[in-house]
Amino acid sequence: MPKLITQVGCPYCGSSCDDIEVLVSDDGKKVLEVHNACTIGNNLFHHANDSTRPMLPRKRQPDGSMKEISYDEAVDYTAKTLLAAKKPLIFGFGSTNCEGMSAVGRVAEKAGAVLDNCASICHGPSFLAIFDNGYPSCTLGEVKNRADCVVFWGCNPMHAHPRHTSRYSIFPRGFFTQKGQMQRTIISVDPRVSDTAKLADIHYMLNQGHDYELFDAFRTVLRGHDIPDEVAGIKKEQILQGAEAMKKARFVMIFFGMGCTHTDGRNHNVDIAISLTRDLNTHTKASIMAMRGHYNIAGPGQVWSWQFGFPYCIDLSKGSHAHMNPGETSSVDLAMRDEVDCFVNVGTDAGAHWPIDAVKHVKKHPFITIDPNFCMASEISDLHIPVRIAGVDEGGVVYRMDNVPIQFKAVLKGLTGVPSDEELFDMIYERMCKLTLTEPIWLAALEHRKYPSVVS
Amino acid sequence: MATVTLKPTKTPTIMFEAFNITPDAFAGKTPAQIAALEGREGKIKVTIGDFFEVSGSPGATAAETDIVIAGDCSRVKYIGNKMTAGSITVNGNADMYVGGWMKGGKIHVKGNVHSFCGIGMEGGDILIDGKAENYVGCAYRGDWRGMKDGTIRIKGSAGNDIGTFMLGGTIIIENNAFIHVSTHAEGGTVIIKGDVEGRVGGQMVKGDIYILGKVQYMLPGFKKIEVVEKEVDGVKGTFDHYIGDLGERHPKSKGKEIFANLYVKAAA
Ligand code: SF4
Repeated sequence: MPKLITQVGCPYCGSSCDDIEVLVSDDGKKVLEVHNACTIGNNLFHHANDSTRPMLPRKRQPDGSMKEISYDEAVDYTAKTLLAAKKPLIFGFGSTNCEGMSAVGRVAEKAGAVLDNCASICHGPSFLAIFDNGYPSCTLGEVKNRADCVVFWGCNPMHAHPRHTSRYSIFPRGFFTQKGQMQRTIISVDPRVSDTAKLADIHYMLNQGHDYELFDAFRTVLRGHDIPDEVAGIKKEQILQGAEAMKKARFVMIFFGMGCTHTDGRNHNVDIAISLTRDLNTHTKASIMAMRGHYNIAGPGQVWSWQFGFPYCIDLSKGSHAHMNPGETSSVDLAMRDEVDCFVNVGTDAGAHWPIDAVKHVKKHPFITIDPNFCMASEISDLHIPVRIAGVDEGGVVYRMDNVPIQFKAVLKGLTGVPSDEELFDMIYERMCKLTLTEPIWLAALEHRKYPSVVS
Repeated sequence: MATVTLKPTKTPTIMFEAFNITPDAFAGKTPAQIAALEGREGKIKVTIGDFFEVSGSPGATAAETDIVIAGDCSRVKYIGNKMTAGSITVNGNADMYVGGWMKGGKIHVKGNVHSFCGIGMEGGDILIDGKAENYVGCAYRGDWRGMKDGTIRIKGSAGNDIGTFMLGGTIIIENNAFIHVSTHAEGGTVIIKGDVEGRVGGQMVKGDIYILGKVQYMLPGFKKIEVVEKEVDGVKGTFDHYIGDLGERHPKSKGKEIFANLYVKAAA
């Protein structure tokens, strides 16, 4: 009898939907049906059925071809490469669980590596703004139940977070928002007419890259001062209209995305958005949230802040303390300035998402990919180590975009012999300790550690 | 004054973090002791002697010590880090953090510098003959207390984030700058002799900015109140005086709000 597993989390986008139902085959090895998920989530679960998924590490041979090797060999190579490098870079963690992120902390510390996650090329600037200006945020539950004015600034959830609008932000009926969409004023700020903009009551089609000016205009208006007739391509009357809508609302929610964090000014766009949120609180209630991209990309921020005091761009090469200063210790800058001599790509695809020049720079040195699937990074790597897919054949804790932790379930039995990220990193750490004749330090994690009991 | 000369002998493969190239660390040491001073190349502990040939001798105190680096330091970070007195001259380029958290003394770089020049500076003088990248005289990430005192003069152009969270001191950029000047500043003076693309004085509470060139995009939070005659760094001219950032909080003195001042050279 196929088994229906309920309350499953979807390991794709930052909405981290936890109401998915998955029908799996008798033997627990195939996904038959996926309910409730959007198309992306649906496909993601079905991907796990792919019979061509790699089950053994592959190492590049002198003739350029890839040859399958054992996990022991792969672990040994990774440990030795990390130890030999002067400054390795371990990057990724867009799509894995917190257990893996925690385990890699030990490896990175031992290797004197720079530990960075996809926020570096995504919401990293938001962290910088939060350091500078605080983060008056809330949970998505509060958005659903309270927000009656929702601003989407530089983000397009209709495409990037498909169920965000139906679960939390536009359509759902909540405790104080029983009329759902009818009750909500939707404001979209986007230089393009995106599908989210089409749903909006007010769409500010601003000149690209002038978000900061528009934020400043809203703030100036809210403090009762006059503004020029046109700011960032938007007419004064329109700005006054939006400011009035926000002031009148009972709860304003600002969601921001890459349109703020990766246009000129970056962290400053988010910084002033936070200031605007603070200003709005003198008139009504207001809150702000980053539209985090992946289902657990808020995870490394939480886990590593607890371990090292910083959420990303953590330079552990000093041995005595962690140093963080994006611009210097951020992955792409390190690569472009030739500051790293070994690259480990984990649960992301730097080959596809990095600027090509940065990829060329890190490609001069040993390049290791740890990922369940074949991807562009795995194909240019010197070593590709497959792991289980977090959220599909491996459970674990994930942090949703509002930093709420959710326990994700494994719906499938993992491929035989393929470890999880956590198990793999523990193996690498243990091997590094052996090679350096040091005792591994497991702390409390030891009892919960699965390796080596699971991997045969 | 006693001079120590460092001659580059090797280019570091990973950047050399030379936080000990300061008059404070050199004072009272022999060349051999200076060569043995620690630095970092990635996770490897290295010494100044691994990359430089040390000659001459320092004074007994930092104030009596001059350091001359006779060559390029494009891959050397932290020159003059936290120095309190004395001088450093670099006959070439330097990488990040030149004069970072510096308290006194003088640094003269004859080439270009990379980002974070004069980060968290508290005093002293920095003179850069070439251009600077981003974050000149800025605050460390998350610190709301930026540059407190001292002078930074960049003869070339500079990138973005000049004087972020600045509290005091002076920054002079003799050529163009990109965006974000004195963001969040609560004091200090920034003079830009060239053009700026925009975002001048965003979220600024107090302090002064002088732009001798053009501002391409003015922030809506700045309001013109008068036209004044001023002499700025030896240049006399007529300036449009703006106050702002009207969107930001401002302290009150004698019941009146104190704003930041932005002076933009009036069109002739
Ligand atoms: S909205 Fe995101 S988390 Fe929800 S099912 Fe779709 S991809 Fe998965």
